[in-house]
Amino acid sequence: MNKISGIAASAGIAIARAFILVHPDYSVQKEQVEDTGAELKKLDEALEQSRTEVEAIKARTLQELGEKKAEIFESHLLILSDPEFINPVKDLISKDSINASYALNEIATQFVGMFENMKSAYLQERAADMRDVTKRILKHLLGITQASAADINEEVIVIAEDLTPSDTAQLNRKYVKGFTTNIGGRTSHSAIMARSLEIPAVVGTKDVLSQVANGDLVIVDGLTGDVFINPSEEMVAQYRTKQQEYDVQIAEWKKLRDEPTLTQDKTQVELAANIGTPADVEGVLENGGEAVGLYRTEFLYMGRDKLPSEDVQYNAYKTVLEKMDGKPVVVRTLDIGGDKELPYLEMPKEMNPFLGFRAIRLCLDRQDIFRVQLRALLRASAHGNLRIMFPMIATLGEFRQAKEVLLEEKAKLTAEGTVVSDNIQLGIMVEIPSTAVLADQFAKEVDFFSIGTNDLIQYTMAADRMNERVSYLYQPYNPSILRLVNMVIQAAHHEGKWVGMCGEMAGDQTAIPLLLGLGLDEFSMSASSILPARSLISKLTMSDMKTLAKESLTKSTAEEVVELVKATLDK
Amino acid sequence: MQKTFKIVDEDGIHARPATGLVNTATKFTTTECYAEANGKKVTLKSILGVLSLGLEQGDTMSLITEGEQEAEALAKLQEVMISEGLGEVHE
Repeated sequence: MNKISGIAASAGIAIARAFILVHPDYSVQKEQVEDTGAELKKLDEALEQSRTEVEAIKARTLQELGEKKAEIFESHLLILSDPEFINPVKDLISKDSINASYALNEIATQFVGMFENMKSAYLQERAADMRDVTKRILKHLLGITQASAADINEEVIVIAEDLTPSDTAQLNRKYVKGFTTNIGGRTSHSAIMARSLEIPAVVGTKDVLSQVANGDLVIVDGLTGDVFINPSEEMVAQYRTKQQEYDVQIAEWKKLRDEPTLTQDKTQVELAANIGTPADVEGVLENGGEAVGLYRTEFLYMGRDKLPSEDVQYNAYKTVLEKMDGKPVVVRTLDIGGDKELPYLEMPKEMNPFLGFRAIRLCLDRQDIFRVQLRALLRASAHGNLRIMFPMIATLGEFRQAKEVLLEEKAKLTAEGTVVSDNIQLGIMVEIPSTAVLADQFAKEVDFFSIGTNDLIQYTMAADRMNERVSYLYQPYNPSILRLVNMVIQAAHHEGKWVGMCGEMAGDQTAIPLLLGLGLDEFSMSASSILPARSLISKLTMSDMKTLAKESLTKSTAEEVVELVKATLDK
Repeated sequence: MQKTFKIVDEDGIHARPATGLVNTATKFTTTECYAEANGKKVTLKSILGVLSLGLEQGDTMSLITEGEQEAEALAKLQEVMISEGLGEVHE
């Protein structure tokens, strides 16, 4: 047996024989031809065959994945008929008396180059479409008959170097039980498609292709990122059980999608999701998210060569608010610095970036940047249920100053006649111990708290979470952290304010019982953790969790807390 | 005939609206349709041509129609621009 580890890209377990999808050799040779008419005819036939294929893929994508995913193939069809593409190919064939495949490749390469050199990241990605279309035409011109994804007619696990959008769309769900690829990450195109198709997938395995032969038995564990080649019978049996358990669990989770999040004794909490871009909202709704608990706005600022304009930001915020259709959306103002840099701001290097000039500290200093974001947020507030939160607040003075800037911009907008919501809740992230300790004072002035556990843990334990040598100090269950969380929740509730948590801990199955018992009102996590969390909470009883949480605060180590949680859940 | 638009979509002119423009222009077989931006003029009957303009939010683009149904073609193209949330008429 051989075990390979990659990135878990789409959840679930698949066990089947390997189908190796090798991309054929599309290299072309320049050849002089006498009968250019025959070459032109070959080209027309290849284009026609390609159009027929794309029409079929489009129809299937439309049916299985919806209009949005099918649009890509509509533009492929247009490219196949594009006079600006096809006419130069024909001219080249006639003028130079060369073969169609070479001429096609020449012209296509120019378009690929054109897209690759474009300023906009979106247009750069269109080079992939151009390559995809070109390969399809070449396949017909070169008479390539090698097995393709469309030929699969028995249950298999597809193994490939990478999967193109066409490959993934052609995968027949009935037969393809899972896939694994050498390259790719969690957000690569194939990973996203795998999740929409609900096919278990592991990507980024580096060398799976060289270690598998067609027909080998393969287990793909899309939950852990493990791939097993030719596993023992015992192993297969173990994974069959794991697979059945997972299938039962999925069915159970799905039933909860439109349900409120209630404990056995009917205490209700809110399950929200963390997002990075407007496109993530789809996943939030599919997974039954009741709110966006953390919209990380820094992605709007990253991957560009200048600051995003007020309108660019306004459109992004408005899209999220509209898609959430009245459900709360907590937007965190720019949280840059630390491990997240913006090259165009040309910030000096710091000795301790996590303790340095970042987040609200930077925004209060660079108000030119901060005010643009606040204006965009205020304008967008008319389109939904907006909540604004400031990151890295260490003192009340910082919060007051940030609030004042916000109110100034609001007054300006109102004077200009722009509609701004009167119902914007204003909160802070609690991620610095000073703020947690003084939460009773903060609670008088803010509308809500959101506890950012990743940073709170690193600052409380004084351990850089990027430093592997001290990673053992990243201890979410350490009683010191629980006590701080408890202080924040108590202080907020005393003033009638609510408390959320955004960070890994909020979606953690061991932490959830504790946080529930401590009285946390909103849990914000990655979208895929929502239904498992709702399922867990629906099995818990609030009165028991209160007892558990209270007792956890008296423990002395993280290990003791974990044992206590286990003992309580096993009861 | 000619009309100028300011691109408001945050992705600039992306594939979906470009597809809409090309499909619309192609219907008018007796009318030439062009897009012009940053000193470059392309036929609107080519998706690669339209995308090659590399338009981004805030850029301006002129739609030009010449021929039998030029007024009708321009009106239909404007409709696509507006309904796709792509651009607004730039005075």
